[in-house]
Amino acid sequence: MFKVFLPLILVPVIACTAITLTTHRCQRAEITYVSGPEPETLDPALLTGALEGRIVAALFEGLTQYHPKDLSPTPGIAREWRVSEDGLVYTFFLRESCWSNEEPLTAHDFVYSWKRTLLPETAADYAYQLYYIKNARAFNEGKIEDFSQVGVCALDDYTLEVELERPTAFFLDLTSFPTLLPVDRKCIERYGEDWTKPGNMVSNGPFRLVEWRINDKLRMVKNPYYWDADQVRLQSVAALSIESINTGFNLYETGGADYLFGLPLPIVQVLKGRNDFHTDIYLATYFYRFNVTRKPFDDPRVRKAFAMAIDKGEIVNYVTRGGEVPAKTLVPPGMPHYQPPLGVPFDPEEARRLLAEAGYPAGKGFPKVELLFNTSEANKDIAEVVQQMWKKHLGVEVTLVNQEWKVFLSTVKNLDYQIARGNWIGDYVDPNTFLDMFVTEGGNNRTGWSNPRYDHLIEMAASEIVTRKRMDIFQEAEKILVEDELPILPIYYHVSFNIYRPYVKGVYPNILNVHPWKYMWIEREES
Amino acid sequence: MAGGQSLAAYILRRLGWLVVVLLIIATASFFLMRFAPGGPFDKERNLPEAIEKNLRAKYHLDKPLWKQYFIYMGGLFQGDLGPSFKYRNRTVNEIIAESFPVSAMLGLYALSLAIIVGVATGTLAALKKHTAFDFAAMSVAMLGISLPNFFLGLILLLIFCFKLPLLPAGGWGGPDHLVLPVLSLAAPFTAYIARLTRVSMLEVLSQPYIRTARAKGLTEFRVVTRHALKNAITPVVSYLGPAAAAVLTGSVVVEKIFAIPGLGSHFVNAALNRDYTLVMGTVLLYSLLLVLFNLMVDIIYFFTDPRVRL
Repeated sequence: MFKVFLPLILVPVIACTAITLTTHRCQRAEITYVSGPEPETLDPALLTGALEGRIVAALFEGLTQYHPKDLSPTPGIAREWRVSEDGLVYTFFLRESCWSNEEPLTAHDFVYSWKRTLLPETAADYAYQLYYIKNARAFNEGKIEDFSQVGVCALDDYTLEVELERPTAFFLDLTSFPTLLPVDRKCIERYGEDWTKPGNMVSNGPFRLVEWRINDKLRMVKNPYYWDADQVRLQSVAALSIESINTGFNLYETGGADYLFGLPLPIVQVLKGRNDFHTDIYLATYFYRFNVTRKPFDDPRVRKAFAMAIDKGEIVNYVTRGGEVPAKTLVPPGMPHYQPPLGVPFDPEEARRLLAEAGYPAGKGFPKVELLFNTSEANKDIAEVVQQMWKKHLGVEVTLVNQEWKVFLSTVKNLDYQIARGNWIGDYVDPNTFLDMFVTEGGNNRTGWSNPRYDHLIEMAASEIVTRKRMDIFQEAEKILVEDELPILPIYYHVSFNIYRPYVKGVYPNILNVHPWKYMWIEREES
Repeated sequence: MAGGQSLAAYILRRLGWLVVVLLIIATASFFLMRFAPGGPFDKERNLPEAIEKNLRAKYHLDKPLWKQYFIYMGGLFQGDLGPSFKYRNRTVNEIIAESFPVSAMLGLYALSLAIIVGVATGTLAALKKHTAFDFAAMSVAMLGISLPNFFLGLILLLIFCFKLPLLPAGGWGGPDHLVLPVLSLAAPFTAYIARLTRVSMLEVLSQPYIRTARAKGLTEFRVVTRHALKNAITPVVSYLGPAAAAVLTGSVVVEKIFAIPGLGSHFVNAALNRDYTLVMGTVLLYSLLLVLFNLMVDIIYFFTDPRVRL
């Protein structure tokens, strides 16, 4: 019996123990941070998430880069640029820089990279970030096959000319965005899908990739061939892929990490007074969508009444409690040069009057409605409070319905709802990243709402080059969205939570919650 | 010799069935997955139509379902589980190759610990029937069965990471990373095995042949290890098949609490993400393991229990 049984167990146990004991363990990186779930990809053309963006921004550098304090575009691989008077042609003058394998990086690399992102077979989710470039959309849709018709061209090794469809005021913000980062042609042609693996990857940023284990960790070390290597003070950065934010926090608290992005909401209150806790307004808004194609929310008065019956202050003070800011507009505060409209106030009396005017005095005769959200405690808590407010102030019964994430997305996309939770995180610091969502038939509109004047204004803003005028146009458009028509009901602006040790220096608060590793350093006080 | 031949034939027959079972599971899960609402490319932000079309073309989702099925099965027969939909630069084979050894190692330690501690405790409790030891051991075992392992994991974390900072709160790499997850994972199995062993041992100890062994003047230690345990352990062996599979699947929660890069998280997340190929890969792997473990248990029976005829 034991002759059969014992070796069956003992041999593998001994083997595993031997492997564990002999496996080489790297020395701890200078900064170890909890990155969140496993990165989906490190291919700049394919990535879509913020956590991947944080890693890729350390590995690659675009024509421009974010200023660490105010996020304005500052010279990256382009040492300077010229914009034509009509705002349509950008000429970038590249510095002489090289890849992490010491090969030179030229304007042709940008042409190759952008072409790769736009090729239909690359199937890049964010290819539309390049649609501002002349004919880029047609190329991505397969309508034209000749890339020379797309408005990107290397005039010589170090000059890149980009022609846009329309003057795009935020184009220099986009050139810092991951989708527009350069990738190395030789590396991709050599390794194919495997080019992002450590050992294969060639990059051009402040760091290079040396280790990447799935669901475990990723390690980057300083790239000595980076053009601005003298500025880079960190020698190594490690990103831990930890799915559960609670586990991430445990690790931080017990010294396993130096930096944690995001926090478990229930403990935010407890951490508020600590010197390693940092919070800032974030470029993201939590809102509800109304399905305007169906009764009763086809009537703007009903939508407005619903909006006016919600005390958002109560939601942020007693429900979310993370320091979120009540929202009356879709565009969060902190957008340079932009003065948002006022939105609608909390006014139950006016709300009741509007509802009565729409034919439902004191909520009488109001049909059954459902409020849909994706399954999560946070969404449920908010929905319950909102449900109470509508009952109290409008006399309307609303049923709460939750669905699993992908089912929820499909329901909302098919306009198979009445009121649904929405959320939007801006890509760049310009009102357009929020407002262009709600143009007629916009892919992210998902309310069925359409307003010709609104469409026209968003169109106008896209062609306007004078900042003040553009911002006025956006204000007028947003007024339609959040004061007159309300296909959406803004609830609050998100805040970002970061927690990092006091010896981590060079982190500056900003609304994108972007904190480039390039500018950080460690400064321990001598004890 | 005859026994050897029949064993080989038996194993071959079971392996033949295994292929059939896996084919049925692959087919059922392929279609079930596709009928779930929402798809791998549905995200908070909608994709422009042309881009979604590119994505669907890349992953063959633009083809009719039956064609997709044959493409997938064609790959499967060559051992290719396809590319992951979510992890864009990785194949399912790669993900499993990297994650499974971690779960397997964790499961192996947990199961070994459960067998050693469980059998020893159960045997002692049976020998010291109705004493304080018996009572205490069985109470602890009852607790071990009823406590969910995430709760135990959190208690262990609180004690050994926060109150007494002796062990890391999560991660993978060294022996110190193994202690808490192995303990949390092993606890319910240890408890179950202990109870199982005790009951079975009590029954065996009352058998006439044990009396004979004692009458021969053998020491109690020898009676128990040479004669009693051999028979008493049979129920434990039959429990090991499902237990081994349960240790691997049950590690989902433990892996999450201790940030262990095993297969557990993929098992759940792949379904939530509609990562069709990764779901298929993990489902097939677990099915394969379950069937193989059960087969192994039957083979062990063949060697340990002369009454068993395959």
